[in-house]
Amino acid sequence: MSLRIVVTVKYVPDATGDRHFADDLTVDRDDVDGLLSELDEYAVEQALQIADEADDAEITVLTVGPEDAKDALRKALSMGADKGIHVEDDDLHGTDAVGTSLVLAKAIEKAGYDLVVSGMASTDGVVGVVPALLAERLGVPQVTLLSEVSVADGVVKGRRDGDAATEELEASLPAVVSVTDQSGEARYPSFKGIMAAKKKPVESWDLSDLGLEAEEVGLEGAWTKVDSATERPARTAGKIITDEGEGGKQLAEFLASQKFI
Amino acid sequence: MAEVLVYVDHVDGAVRKPTLELLTLARRLGEPVAVALGAGAESTAAVLGEHGAVRVLTADAPEFADYLVVPKVDALQAAYDAVSPAAVLVPSSAEGKEIAARLAVRIGSGIITDAVDLEAGDEGPVATQSAFAASFTTKSRVSKGTPVITVKPNSAAVEPAQAAGTVEALSVSFGEKSTGTKVVSRTPRQSTGRPDLTEAAIVVSGGRGVNGAENFPVIEALADSLGAAVGASRAAVDAGWYPHTNQVGQTGKSVSPQLYIANGISGAIQHRAGMQTSKTIVAVNKDEEAPIFDLVDFGVVGDLFNVVPQLTEEIKTRKG
Repeated sequence: MSLRIVVTVKYVPDATGDRHFADDLTVDRDDVDGLLSELDEYAVEQALQIADEADDAEITVLTVGPEDAKDALRKALSMGADKGIHVEDDDLHGTDAVGTSLVLAKAIEKAGYDLVVSGMASTDGVVGVVPALLAERLGVPQVTLLSEVSVADGVVKGRRDGDAATEELEASLPAVVSVTDQSGEARYPSFKGIMAAKKKPVESWDLSDLGLEAEEVGLEGAWTKVDSATERPARTAGKIITDEGEGGKQLAEFLASQKFI
Repeated sequence: MAEVLVYVDHVDGAVRKPTLELLTLARRLGEPVAVALGAGAESTAAVLGEHGAVRVLTADAPEFADYLVVPKVDALQAAYDAVSPAAVLVPSSAEGKEIAARLAVRIGSGIITDAVDLEAGDEGPVATQSAFAASFTTKSRVSKGTPVITVKPNSAAVEPAQAAGTVEALSVSFGEKSTGTKVVSRTPRQSTGRPDLTEAAIVVSGGRGVNGAENFPVIEALADSLGAAVGASRAAVDAGWYPHTNQVGQTGKSVSPQLYIANGISGAIQHRAGMQTSKTIVAVNKDEEAPIFDLVDFGVVGDLFNVVPQLTEEIKTRKG
């Protein structure tokens, strides 16, 4: 039987751009170029490798976001995923991590899955809890923050490098996996892959397709509220010297003046 | 007075510093009730009581070590049901955030992660967070259910405040999903004898300019002269010069020490995201155009292999 893999991806503002908040205190997605979150590329890569090892596998990439989020799907399809699902609905604007996990879980159930693969976090919100929330909502094991992952005989195994210890984990499918940026460099799409991606199917679903009501998601339905966002004042210019043989001693003098020594 | 649940991060009964910081913040919101799980849970009570915990709910079972995350969620939920707290505070470790998020969904609450400050507000606790590589500061609150908030290390001072710290056994029944992910083996990280990166008052980091694993002892020697933790930029980690657990930046640790010393680090956005909130920033880099110099309180344009050893020697001399 075919191994059904769903990879969740996010379209994010470019971190090297001038990111800021819109008037309603959501992430401004209009004035900064977007792209597939770099950390999700690792998820696509591991899904491709798992699919290569399986006899038969199909990779669906899933995203929730505005029209432009299709670009993230196209990138993943050009890397080698088979088809895309784009959940798009005006009522989704301002949805927080808890709400996003609800939408994703409904879409994953509708798509059908044996394995969900996510990145470790997005590069814009950097909350990092969506995979755990998906496992909670789907009622399946969470095998998260893996730097190594493999699937065989209906079992997923992986290595989680935590702060205090390295853990070897194991769970039966279906399961939710998340991979870190240590899991292995993501491939670049080939020219052939980019051309092929244009012909791959992308379905569009809205909230009614998922049986969700507008009140359950979006800014109004959010479980959290941002009251204010303030740009951090630029750090005041410090003293910069050029080392002419005494740079280390001058630095020590500064540290002493600040009572660090 | 309302009670505030505080999830305890400890290693065999030794309470880690971020939990004591959480108790400081919890006392702004109500009376702290601590939840300590796993081996050594009961021996956390003394130090927790000294920092304001009125009660310490403890549970130990093999499930906490043998299966990932979910048994701890079951236990924290049991504590939530028993206490009906005004808020739940959890340290912002990778595991802490996962535990907190799953609890939030179960109890129908919103969650705020990676708060750097907390204060009481008319409509519940107000959390301060950093956004977009710490270029913005936001104030947020949970608008549905009991606020569940994870807090980053170094967000508050540890303040002694004697309270009863009464140990009470917490009764936990594990759900059928709790044994879904088996921890087949656990290899504790070998201690370097240096402070933990996220908790350290001083962090000394090395980047691309260190130019090889064999040169990192130069960075370590400076760190040791100051009693500091050692960090590394993504470039240095990706090159295999230093372990990923020491990576500072967006995909590594986010640190906020009193003093951050960046050596041979250009200061790309990914790195700044992890250290920009440090109180005092110092950099050594041979490229005077490096963006790290936009952040520094004191910068030295020069070869780190000349500057850093001289600095280390000078510190040792001054400290005697």
